Amino acid sequence: MTAVLPAPPPAKPQRLVDLFEYGLDAPICLTWELTYACNLSCVHCLSSSGRRDPRELTTDEAKAVIDEFQRMQIFYVNIGGGEPTVRSDFWELLDYATSHSVGVKFSTNGVKISPEVARRLAANDYVDVQISLDGATAEVNDPIRGPKSYDTALRALQNLSDAGMKNFKISVVCTRQNIPQLDEFKAIADRYGAQLRLTRLRPSGRGADVWDELHPLPEQQKMLYDWLVAHGDGVLTGDSFFHLSAYGEALPGLNLCGAGRVVCLIDPVGDVYACPFAIHDDFKAGNVRSEGGFQRVWRESELFLKLREPQSGGACSSCAFFDTCKGGCMAAKFFTGLPLDGPDPECVQGFGEAALLKVKDQKNALPRSAIDHTHQGAREPKNAMGPIRLTLGRRQGTTALAAAECEEDPLAGFTVR
Amino acid sequence: MTAEAFDLDRAWAVHPRVSIRPEPFGALVYHFETRKLSFLKERTLLAVVEGLDGVRTARDVCREAGVPEEQDARYGRALATLAASSMLVAA
Repeated sequence: MTAVLPAPPPAKPQRLVDLFEYGLDAPICLTWELTYACNLSCVHCLSSSGRRDPRELTTDEAKAVIDEFQRMQIFYVNIGGGEPTVRSDFWELLDYATSHSVGVKFSTNGVKISPEVARRLAANDYVDVQISLDGATAEVNDPIRGPKSYDTALRALQNLSDAGMKNFKISVVCTRQNIPQLDEFKAIADRYGAQLRLTRLRPSGRGADVWDELHPLPEQQKMLYDWLVAHGDGVLTGDSFFHLSAYGEALPGLNLCGAGRVVCLIDPVGDVYACPFAIHDDFKAGNVRSEGGFQRVWRESELFLKLREPQSGGACSSCAFFDTCKGGCMAAKFFTGLPLDGPDPECVQGFGEAALLKVKDQKNALPRSAIDHTHQGAREPKNAMGPIRLTLGRRQGTTALAAAECEEDPLAGFTVR
Repeated sequence: MTAEAFDLDRAWAVHPRVSIRPEPFGALVYHFETRKLSFLKERTLLAVVEGLDGVRTARDVCREAGVPEEQDARYGRALATLAASSMLVAA
């Protein structure tokens, strides 16, 4: 991140984070999920993807949205899904965006990244690719993302590498099962000349079903924090872990919830949400098909204007670390039943656990998104089986994909590569 | 490039693959080649950057944008930062 400040420090220091709290004329980090269709059924999918929604934007509607991005000077969009490449017009839309000054970064499980596609991607200077991988071994990855998904991802990495693609990424959602593999992930990235990107598991979408079993243990959070500090800018995080900054030294990035201020999500049917982790009516600001389009939703929606007002720290405001962690992730609080002005469920000072205890009797009343495109039968009945099993190698039938995190440095690093 | 090395007395231009988006606080600057994003935290600096046309000297552009002479060094440092990340190129 480069903040170019010509003037001497004004009377009141203006940090970027303070300027951004009031929002921008257009988002910096816009995630656009092109489809709910997916060949996988990842257990932690943020958007509960699987089946296509018949109301998804048509090719022409999607192009009109891209035209609007160009007018608003949205420099790039983070495309996900679902699995975006299974849309038959995906490559057409990608070319349309990049020829209209809108860069594209897309997340994929790799299913369509053949040698030919890899060569085509390598030839387009405006495209970045992220391959999702949630285990450094198939034993850890496949129970989360589905049978053969590890092989699919590694084949895609090989094809990109062979095609001479530069700066592609391996995107990892950090879980209890894969945090011990951080060094191995780094080794895989190095092997293919890729960059590693780590993001936080959110209790959103199907992630709510498995959060209790997958989210990192407190000691693993510390391990992750130390690892991130040791690797600095060399590993991307999309500012995902700003709640960990309360361990001490702030991590690179803005350390601010960007929802509705610098970040938002457009879903496959054109609904606009405050962030990619908050597909729920409470965070829906409007639809790109409505009059005034995306620009009006971004600039005028009641929800976004409200999110841009100064937020109260609530129970957190007396905490010494409030200024670094800002109370953590809004979506993580919401979907675990915690008040939005209190601690994050994974608060490293332990306040989250205490808060969760207070609401544990309300587990059956947790807010859930009404939007669910999960493949029939992909969600295992949980009753007689007890908790979903994620013991290595034991899970069958449930497959996966979550390509929907806030893809890139909305707030972090600002070196987008 | 260091701040001292920025030559206000030559002509500069914005890199052809750089896009500038004005914002209430100043502007965002994005380089499509390096994927780097920078922030201009002042409208005056934005006026200077937009004025760089590859013909006039940076100092002349500063005058025109209303930068007082005694602040040239400070604006020079800001421009040096942009030049160091290839946002600006010497004409």
